[in-house]
Amino acid sequence: MITVRRFLIQQESTVRKLNGVCLLMIGAAFLALVGVDFHIYSVDPWEELSRIGLGLVTPGWSDLSSLLLALLHTIAFAFLAIVVAAPLGLLLAMAFGWLPVRLLCAAVRSVHELFWGLIFMQLFGISATTGLLAIIVPFTGVFAKVFAEIFEQQSPQPSQTIPPSAGILKRYAYTLIPQSWPALTSYTRYRFECALRSSAILGFIGLPTLGFHLETAFKQGQYSEAGALLWAFLLLIATIRFWLRPRMIPFYLIAAVWMLPETIGFSGGGSLWQFISVDIWPVALREGNWSALGDWSVMMFGKQIWPGLVQTLLLTQIAVVLSGLVVLVTYPFAAQSLAGPIMRWPGRFLLLVLRSTPEMVLAFVLLLLFGPSGLPAVLALALHNGGLIAFLVANASDAERKSLLTRPDDPTGIKRYAYVETPRRFPGMLAFLFYRWEVILRESAIMGILGVATLGFYIDSAFEEIRYDRAFLLIVVTALLNMAVDSLSRRMRGSFSSFNRTK
Amino acid sequence: MSILRCISRRVSILRSLLALTFIASAAAQAETFVFTAIPDQDESHLQERFGKVAAYLNEQLGVEVSYIPVKSYAAAITAFRNNQVQLAWFGGLSGVQARRLVPGSEALAQGFEDQLFKTYFIANKSAGITPGESLPAAIKGKTFTFGSKGSTSGRLMPEFYLRQQFGSGPEEIFSRVGFSGDHSRTIAQVQSGAYQVGAVNYSVWESELEEGKVDPTKVQVIWTTPTYPDYQWSIRGDVDERFGDGFKAKVRDALLNMNKPELLASFPRQSFVPASNDDYAPIEATAKAIGLLDE
Repeated sequence: MITVRRFLIQQESTVRKLNGVCLLMIGAAFLALVGVDFHIYSVDPWEELSRIGLGLVTPGWSDLSSLLLALLHTIAFAFLAIVVAAPLGLLLAMAFGWLPVRLLCAAVRSVHELFWGLIFMQLFGISATTGLLAIIVPFTGVFAKVFAEIFEQQSPQPSQTIPPSAGILKRYAYTLIPQSWPALTSYTRYRFECALRSSAILGFIGLPTLGFHLETAFKQGQYSEAGALLWAFLLLIATIRFWLRPRMIPFYLIAAVWMLPETIGFSGGGSLWQFISVDIWPVALREGNWSALGDWSVMMFGKQIWPGLVQTLLLTQIAVVLSGLVVLVTYPFAAQSLAGPIMRWPGRFLLLVLRSTPEMVLAFVLLLLFGPSGLPAVLALALHNGGLIAFLVANASDAERKSLLTRPDDPTGIKRYAYVETPRRFPGMLAFLFYRWEVILRESAIMGILGVATLGFYIDSAFEEIRYDRAFLLIVVTALLNMAVDSLSRRMRGSFSSFNRTK
Repeated sequence: MSILRCISRRVSILRSLLALTFIASAAAQAETFVFTAIPDQDESHLQERFGKVAAYLNEQLGVEVSYIPVKSYAAAITAFRNNQVQLAWFGGLSGVQARRLVPGSEALAQGFEDQLFKTYFIANKSAGITPGESLPAAIKGKTFTFGSKGSTSGRLMPEFYLRQQFGSGPEEIFSRVGFSGDHSRTIAQVQSGAYQVGAVNYSVWESELEEGKVDPTKVQVIWTTPTYPDYQWSIRGDVDERFGDGFKAKVRDALLNMNKPELLASFPRQSFVPASNDDYAPIEATAKAIGLLDE
């Protein structure tokens, strides 16, 4: 850590700093390659893959109203969650200089929505409240972090014109928030898309969203139904910009509250107290049996925490670098200045598919192709996250076309890609990659089908085995890891944020 | 539903969200008897299929009956523990886990097939494993997938027999151990060679074989476990207090008398027969033996 820091400080030019960060990341990924398990097995996937392909081109759904209802539930959860999480995140962002707030936000971000869902289920049963909180809690942490970083990038001069005696709230209300308003709203829009994905995924544990039917259809090999659901979801994501209009928000708000699914049978008798006072603590600790507690801790550390930590770090490091590669390869096909106003649409469609297909589905297809190892996991994570970042990068490129930076004598084609677009996009792209680090960490939880035992794999097992004490310890470890990564990436990003600002 | 009641429900959702406190909507719903079920195959159209079962129970029990679809065993157990559902169709292992968490709860009935359930070990033909009377030693070093982590037939029993045969855990026996999450996935993954060996619920295998989804030239059964008890209906102990004396007995009768093929097809079982907690003692002992349950 110290050497990293010294290494970064010694660099003077921001470009050199950028290069340094990249080399460090790539070097670490190569080191990780030595330790990771990328065995390729000979497989015969074509029968199953052709069934999947056939299902995708012949989507079919017998009962249109249930599909529509699932779609509406998905939107309602996502919309209400954002409506609550964005303002909460904004408030926390104002206090982000305070370490406990930063740590709290890093901690809540590190737990996968599905696990939040299972936790809140102890308190609120299978209900709309559970579904909403499962999105609101981690998303608030994300909003706080990103909003705080947007504020950091603003010019400090307007805020210096306000008398020092004015409180922090005034400072934000009159300078920083207006200054960064376009960035705040555009990020919130983007997060709404993420919330739709999370909302859909929550169907996996029983909330009546798209994921509920998608998981079933995919598990049962009913690929026409799975195809219909995937297409419906793609359509939903692709058309956001047509139907999410600011003036429609009050109407949507009422409609979303109306659309929330009814809670059946839960009467508020949740086991909250039982959960926090008993369930999450190991038996040995509750009984004060210290030697048994020692055994338990040694077992957990040796059998789950340490191997899980190593696997998680190795896979994540490679996946992050590979995501960057995916971005560099795919974004030019979706950017107007490189692919042209018409030809960018196939590229944009590809990115839409990559970022909207749940990783579980990608991982399954890749598992069929390569057999079980870290390879399908890394590829699924890289394709999904790379597709997502490439979409943001292409958007940033398109947005710049209208700005003053565009000149009539700008080069075209590969020269434009190599000498104009990529250098300009690069710092932003790296920042996105650092954000995705923790997302990738979280998403590794779903890689159990690949026989890759990450921390998330063990958390999932602990929930399945109704061992909340183990789940709690593993979540604490994951949260600590996330805090460490967060502060490291903050430091690394600090080395090129000055580059961002001077831009 | 009247508009007024609809509004009050929406308001209560909002209020409970904002205040993060519990709203006692209990009064309106106390008389509803709720159940959940995760069938071991074909999870599609749950609401539609089990809605019919709810209607049947409604008619037999004389109380309002609702069905909640749940997708994972962990969620089903949580709902049972929270008293969100009073009756659940559990797997062998999930039933044991749930009843341990809810004192007084009991197994009421099991499927006819569940008295003598079994697991098939299946292998891709290319792995070159000859079927045998016991688990073939040739599976050592291959890649292997269980079903879902909390499954009795896809996880608990196969892991028990693996440990018994080889004296070590799956991670030491195989070069890789995955969890497909579902029996149909296990078959698809072994058939495609993604995994060489897998453990699957026998009834799912049989029905997929019948439907032509299994290609016998690519995948075969290499060993069958001894039989064990599996799926069962479990009910909470406090239902008599809530729904009146003798309610539990009424539920048991209703389940045992369920004989319409369209209802039974949802599970799918040919009929239900009586069961008790003691029937599942072997499952509990097995789960403890392999460390899935604590003492």
